[in-house]
Amino acid sequence: MIVRTIKVDQLARVEGEGALKVVARDGVVQSAELNIFEPPRFFEALLRDRMYSEAPDIAARICGICPVAYQMSAIHAMEDALGVVVDGPLRDLRRLLYCGEWIESHTLHIYMLHAPDFLGYAGAIEMARDHADIVRRGLDLKKAGNAIIALLGGREIHPINVRVGGFYRAPRRRELQPLAEELKRARDGALATVRWTSGFDFPDVARDYEFVALRGDGEYPLNQGRIVSSRGLDIAAAEYDEHFEESHVEHSTALHAHLKARGAYLTGPLARYALNAASLSPLAREAAREAGLGPVCANPFRSIIVRAVEVLYACDEALRIIDQYEQPDRPAVDLEPRAGVGFAATEAPRGMLYHRYQLHADGKIADARIVPPTSQNQPSIEEDLKIFATAWLDLPDDALRHRCEQTIRNHDPCISCATHFLRLDVDRGG
Amino acid sequence: MSTGADSAREGPRIIVLCIGNPQRGDDAAGRAVARALRALLVDVEIIEEEGEATRVLARLEVADVAYIVDACVFGAKPGDIRRFDASTGPLPRAAFGASTHGIGLAEALELARALGVLPSRCVIYAIEGGTFDIGAPMSPAVAAAVAVVADRLRVDILGE
Repeated sequence: MIVRTIKVDQLARVEGEGALKVVARDGVVQSAELNIFEPPRFFEALLRDRMYSEAPDIAARICGICPVAYQMSAIHAMEDALGVVVDGPLRDLRRLLYCGEWIESHTLHIYMLHAPDFLGYAGAIEMARDHADIVRRGLDLKKAGNAIIALLGGREIHPINVRVGGFYRAPRRRELQPLAEELKRARDGALATVRWTSGFDFPDVARDYEFVALRGDGEYPLNQGRIVSSRGLDIAAAEYDEHFEESHVEHSTALHAHLKARGAYLTGPLARYALNAASLSPLAREAAREAGLGPVCANPFRSIIVRAVEVLYACDEALRIIDQYEQPDRPAVDLEPRAGVGFAATEAPRGMLYHRYQLHADGKIADARIVPPTSQNQPSIEEDLKIFATAWLDLPDDALRHRCEQTIRNHDPCISCATHFLRLDVDRGG
Repeated sequence: MSTGADSAREGPRIIVLCIGNPQRGDDAAGRAVARALRALLVDVEIIEEEGEATRVLARLEVADVAYIVDACVFGAKPGDIRRFDASTGPLPRAAFGASTHGIGLAEALELARALGVLPSRCVIYAIEGGTFDIGAPMSPAVAAAVAVVADRLRVDILGE
């Protein structure tokens, strides 16, 4: 047997480059266009003719911040195609892994990218000079998320222990105990984060979004659930293509997703919270109440609080899973390749992530479709800009640019970074 | 991320942090230095990272002495080598590739400084890159610079 090992640490660095064009006429914003670059289309072609078992690791390379989300949507879609249901401790371990990613990704966004907007700093560095303890708390919290992924996934980013059917190795119960200690400290930090963010000064705005998220069977959604909306949609992932469509727009290399019936919609923390708040853990529910969130939060600037509540929930849920965990007899279920089509949607930190795969009888991928959350949220982000910027047109360009950047950051698109490279063209018409 | 470890030994903890993306042309420079150094230094922690700031920060905060290698873009000739002492001031941010979310090495160093965890000695070797295309090989000039930087680090660390 010849063993050949090929190591690829990272295929594509997902960087953000964004440009925003606001056109105003007579004190009214006529159009707001967010131009972004997004690579998943390339991955869909790359996946063709690869084995079904390779999809999780290939898809994970789409994002360095949320690789678990891409792995999870890929494995669930493949298991759907192969007619397999993975349950019990393996299902719980997947949920635990996803909790790690939520903690890591949300905390990065809250502390490094979003909070400086509210506290009047240019960025996290400037904020750290005045609030070192707070930034340290954020970094410690993020480390707890990293620790979950490192333990279950084999390393902190682009986990290598995830496979269609389960894991390559399931941890022993006692291996999870040190993680529990770290997560208890993290939970305290998460609760402090909810309280901290709820004290920020928020613009008093609200949007009439159609929220779209998964709804689990009594559990806050991560890996599974039906796709539901605040306007009555209630479908299985297999019906996604019947109800949603993507279109190309001239100003962006990312496709824009729409509900065929009603147009723009919003996925992500605000949507998950609006559609699943009752399924949060008691501690997270109470923290949300204390923070003044109410049953629905339609102010995108307050999404930072909802993210903090979700971090708290993820710590709580991770601790629950660790407490109840019993090592399974086998780390994965058996799979037999067969021809078929599989669908799955999971909840990436920044929103719903849909995958569809068509398989040949030998298990090779005939066709792949990946709809990332940023594609889905882009029309709503542009609508936010159009609506909010009208009220800000009196501001000088610098201040207007900052408000527009913040409006984009509210949704933590995978191009959050773009905010630092944002070029703003304001055409005020004369 | 590999660690060539001997973290239990006494004395200051010295790390060599080699940053880059091996699949992006000359951005692989830092990672290539790590491989070259492992043949030259057996008793030093050599760490490879892709450049995400909080991960870099986590490496820095537990080190007493850090040597860092990364590719840069100053607009000079590919393979040019620059040496910075971070303890005396910030790196020019624009010259160092932004990592995911636009926070890279320069930002990680400044965060470490703001949080009071910047190693007391923190030296950066920056290798000018020419191409950063996906899948591109490292250019010959940068490959030559990799060997030079590895040797300079050997001298810096071993003092000979």
